[in-house]
Amino acid sequence: MARQGVLVEPYQRLKPEQVEQIHQASLAILSQPGILCFNRSAAEVFADHGAEVSPVPQPGADCWHLQIPEKIITDAVETAPKVVKLGARDENNCLILDGNEPRVRFASGSEANNWLEVDVDAFVSRRNPDIEVDVPTFRVEKGTVDRLAKAAHLCEHLDSWDSFLRTVNIQDDDITDDNKDVNKFFVALNNTTKHVMSGLTELSQLSNVVRMSHIIAGGEDRFRENPVISFITCVIKSPLQMVDDTTQTAIEVARRGIPLVISSSPQGGSTAPITEDGMVAQINAEILVGIALTQLVNKGAPVLYGSVPVRARMDNLYDSYGVPEFNQYNIDCVQMARYYRLPCYSTGGVSDIRVPGIQASVERLFSHILVTLAGPQYIHYAFGLLERTNTFCPVQAVLDDTHISMVKRFVRQPIVTADRISESLEQVRRVMGTSHKLYVRFVRSALRSGEIAPPYPFESKDTVDKTLLRARERMEEILSLPPSHMAEPVVDKVFQEVPGLLTRLRGS
Amino acid sequence: MTEDLLSLIKENVIQGRIAQDDEGFDEGLVGQPGASELTEKALTEGVNLEDIINKGLTEGMNIVGQKFETGEYYIPDMLASAETVGAAMEILEPHLAQSGIKSKGKILVATVKGDLHDIGKNIVSILLRGAGYTVKDLGNDIAPQTIVEAVREERPQFLGMSALLTSTMIHMNNTIEALTESGLRDKVKIIIGGAAVSEEFAQSIGANGYGADGFQAVKIMDALRNSMKG
Repeated sequence: MARQGVLVEPYQRLKPEQVEQIHQASLAILSQPGILCFNRSAAEVFADHGAEVSPVPQPGADCWHLQIPEKIITDAVETAPKVVKLGARDENNCLILDGNEPRVRFASGSEANNWLEVDVDAFVSRRNPDIEVDVPTFRVEKGTVDRLAKAAHLCEHLDSWDSFLRTVNIQDDDITDDNKDVNKFFVALNNTTKHVMSGLTELSQLSNVVRMSHIIAGGEDRFRENPVISFITCVIKSPLQMVDDTTQTAIEVARRGIPLVISSSPQGGSTAPITEDGMVAQINAEILVGIALTQLVNKGAPVLYGSVPVRARMDNLYDSYGVPEFNQYNIDCVQMARYYRLPCYSTGGVSDIRVPGIQASVERLFSHILVTLAGPQYIHYAFGLLERTNTFCPVQAVLDDTHISMVKRFVRQPIVTADRISESLEQVRRVMGTSHKLYVRFVRSALRSGEIAPPYPFESKDTVDKTLLRARERMEEILSLPPSHMAEPVVDKVFQEVPGLLTRLRGS
Repeated sequence: MTEDLLSLIKENVIQGRIAQDDEGFDEGLVGQPGASELTEKALTEGVNLEDIINKGLTEGMNIVGQKFETGEYYIPDMLASAETVGAAMEILEPHLAQSGIKSKGKILVATVKGDLHDIGKNIVSILLRGAGYTVKDLGNDIAPQTIVEAVREERPQFLGMSALLTSTMIHMNNTIEALTESGLRDKVKIIIGGAAVSEEFAQSIGANGYGADGFQAVKIMDALRNSMKG
């Protein structure tokens, strides 16, 4: 069994001829102006396969200009797997991402620096001291291994949260660039049985992380069947520049055949055109060149089409996730991935504001609904992210889980069959024969089967909005459950064979 | 045999099955006799009426009430069971007079003049029938004078009025005044309900009770009935 997500009838924002036009525009970009590449291995690989590669004089860095012919791209799209499995400690939690099937799963993301705690404080009215209300207040903390563990624990118990992407950047005093990767993967894997995905801080740690994953999966062969982890690399710095270190990471991960997200995140208005067609043509070119690299290195290497297009705010040039254009860009990218039949790692559910509340709900629900409707196989950033992606709030993640479950109900396929119609007509006849003319008794089977939605679980009955307080209670309830740690012998073996793990994390 | 039949009636109340076409909660019930068919059968076989009501219908409804209290049952379940009891009581009604068994009381219900919103009133009717009251439903958009005439004719112990709209709730007051002018106010206990009204409003117009929902309406009726006995 695999996690089923929700199958949608995709919303097609672009007409087929517009998809084709954007594809052609991306190919044109890859040919002229082409790509600036700061990684020697990649430049050599592309040169070996027919790209025009010429050195570009750059002070302090090796750089090549790549002009990539259409055949490299079409071959890569052909050889890249159309179905990618993301494994999990509990294999029932694995994800089968099929580029031909618009079945959506939801994941966290970002590696935010900040962790936002929601506290409860009592406030007394100045006008009437008899009136006292509990109000949520907010406290910004930094990301730590303990908080990453808490987030993974929440993920384990929230039904809509299908896969765990590291939520916070671990900034403990004993965490260094050299031990960050093994510790973040260990903490995540030790607190959720769902799929764990992350970027790498140091390529030198790749082997250690992979060794850990082999042990947890039950050996190298088992890991190939059930890859409990996957990686994300942002090969391209927009516009159109292949970065040295992340490109090297992509090459190394692809060589090992581990699932890899080739992600690009241009900002419309600064590092990409603000126009919809221009933005999508550029990001599509950037993703395609990354995917092409993986296929040139290892034909058939599992990759996801990772699209994270955002729009610039014009008051400060920060990313904006709340504007409608964000949704347009992202929906278009999902369509481009579908055009290539590649599984799509898409983006939705982020707010520009720093704290949960009305603006946060509006902004994130907007993209939760619209991007889901587009039918990507995987939506990252969907849980808890605020202040663009700088802050992760666990209470917000609990709310997101509920809201996503509502979105999933909304987008699921209608059931209209001859049998159902016949049952409905019989209901109408029977009810019209009663004095009360109520359909209530016929609700019962739908209520029991889960066919109809429950009421909003954080609803307030009085005139004070207690949504956040109730979500916080739910979070505390989940965190009081025992964590789904790995078996002790597995943990022992991991600690014996993988250097860099903090001993204080044993049993955490 | 009789015990089996009574137990089946009780079970069908719990399952909310009026007739053989109805689904219950358990698989495979469609096609098997529901509470109506079983009640008919019990009558044919001469089962004591009081046993049908107490050991079949009321015991079943008590269990439904407990299931509702514990959260196992939802409002649709409660209503389906109450409707089932109501249907069985309709079958028993012609025989009750001869046997000397009395209903818990008669109530006239109406949605007041100018108001067509009768869902709440209908739900209350189902629940009251299920609780053993005889319910006479006057319908919706009912003028004060029509209600007065019905009270005079039917001589109920209770009158229930419902209004959804703030613009129509005033007719509850008008109806009570008309009953007072006709000398009938003391003959009937009045409870009101509906989205527009409140406990305060009920008190302000001199009603005897206010039901925030159907379940509360039944409780208030029971309380008023006990106070009348006292």
